[in-house]
Amino acid sequence: MLLISCPNCGSRDETEFHYGGQAHVPYPENPNDLSDREWAEFLFYRDNTKGAFAERWLHSTGCRQWFNMLRDTVTYDIQAVYPMGAPRPAGAPDALSVVVPKRPLKQPELIEQPGSAPGTAAPSTSTTAPEGATK
Amino acid sequence: MSTQQLPEHPDFLWRNPEPKSSYDAVIVGGGGHGLATAYFLAKNHGMTNIAVLEKGWLAGGNMARNTTIIRSNYLWDESAAIYEHALKLWEILPEELEYDFLFSQRGVMNLAHTLGDVRESIRRVGANKLNGVDAEWLDPQQVKELCPILNISDNIRYPVMGATYQPRAGIAKHDHVAWAFARKCDELGVDIIQNCEVTGFVKDGNRVVGVKTNRGTINTEKVGLCAAGHSSVLAEMAGFRLPIQSHPLQALVSELHEPVHPTVVMSNHVHVYVSQAHKGELVMGAGVDSYNGYGQRGSFHVIEHQMAAAVELFPIFARAHVLRTWGGIVDTTLDASPIVGTSPVDNMFVNCGWGTGGFKATPAAGLTFAHTIATGSPHKLNQPFALERFETGALIDEHGAAAVAH
Repeated sequence: MLLISCPNCGSRDETEFHYGGQAHVPYPENPNDLSDREWAEFLFYRDNTKGAFAERWLHSTGCRQWFNMLRDTVTYDIQAVYPMGAPRPAGAPDALSVVVPKRPLKQPELIEQPGSAPGTAAPSTSTTAPEGATK
Repeated sequence: MSTQQLPEHPDFLWRNPEPKSSYDAVIVGGGGHGLATAYFLAKNHGMTNIAVLEKGWLAGGNMARNTTIIRSNYLWDESAAIYEHALKLWEILPEELEYDFLFSQRGVMNLAHTLGDVRESIRRVGANKLNGVDAEWLDPQQVKELCPILNISDNIRYPVMGATYQPRAGIAKHDHVAWAFARKCDELGVDIIQNCEVTGFVKDGNRVVGVKTNRGTINTEKVGLCAAGHSSVLAEMAGFRLPIQSHPLQALVSELHEPVHPTVVMSNHVHVYVSQAHKGELVMGAGVDSYNGYGQRGSFHVIEHQMAAAVELFPIFARAHVLRTWGGIVDTTLDASPIVGTSPVDNMFVNCGWGTGGFKATPAAGLTFAHTIATGSPHKLNQPFALERFETGALIDEHGAAAVAH
């Protein structure tokens, strides 16, 4: 069972969440211009990374907000949680790296935990989907 | 059923050769599909200067982790054709391979728990009959007669409203299936090379001409990928993408019990499938973990869920103890159908995307994939399962149609 830190609600069991697959897949800029091949890519092809993978999760039985997560698909270590629309955190290990050392969350990605010392975490105050949430 | 004597533990059934510097064809993946492919390449197409490369030990991936169910009661014509061909091969393979891997045609039941299930099931029985697949619709009383330990009363959340039944379906000893293929491959001259991990491919333009491994580079004219959950990783090495997502799929067995379960019961709605192995373990599985994963393990709530479903359907399981649980990595596609055919790289062929249902297809996957590799074009059975279907839109959507979720 994964223990997932929702940016709004804190750590909760995986069973409260819904998986949304690969993050950062933009809707086509000009859908009418797409070839069949490009539509196939958009509809059916997603990265299937072995290693650090940026993916979307929905806290479906909590705040019902989407967020992004960087998770290792081999060790299942959660390496970062960050808002929809934000870029993938820099310095993340490359795809296909099989052994990823466990790292503490970096400052901008920290989630406020109940009881954590003030000032050690950047609290997330937004409860609505941020701009660019569809990406 | 389990009074039958198990075969003796085998002696070494195949050589462990050093890789040669070149082969006519190299199969990546020494599981059921890779071994079956090599067998049919040698037997049907006379290609014996070939190698099967396995990064771990023979048949130690999904071939060692599946729940061994064999059936062909799929809804769509394309699926029924290839799975029924597989079932017909299962019926003759023990003799052909000269190895009794205990293919037990004890029947498979797919339960219906809702009016929607009932309609889908009766429709599927009709479709199966038109495709020459044995299928019948059972009312709850007939279900009870075939499998007395099933609870068909109204006092459960999703009462059993009937079931489809395929009498020719069943289970087989998966390890013995792999060993049977491996021994025949070896006899035919195929090199089975274990502990040989592919690290890259050598290409001349867009044509593959070699395989890089941790035991050196092997030149080859043709490459067939049979790597299940790792297909995407190999495709990326070769420079193309596959429409596949790898997920953990878990299963479990109980401790050994007296024979209590005479058939195979699958329920898509409460989601569990259960049989009793020849030795006596209750073997169960259900759906994939939701997230992508290469870890060969999943989350425990998935196990809890399938056990809850099993106990509701089979009250006598309530006191059974779990002996072990495990996970494999399954290669799922968005239409829940496999990809068997050519790839964007010349002379490289792909057999993947079988998701949670690849074991039952092993002989037909091998037969059609061998045909594709040997001739360069698909067999009529795997033609509809080409990679191009995601571009043309001719999907074979077995989601919810294939009797159980894939």
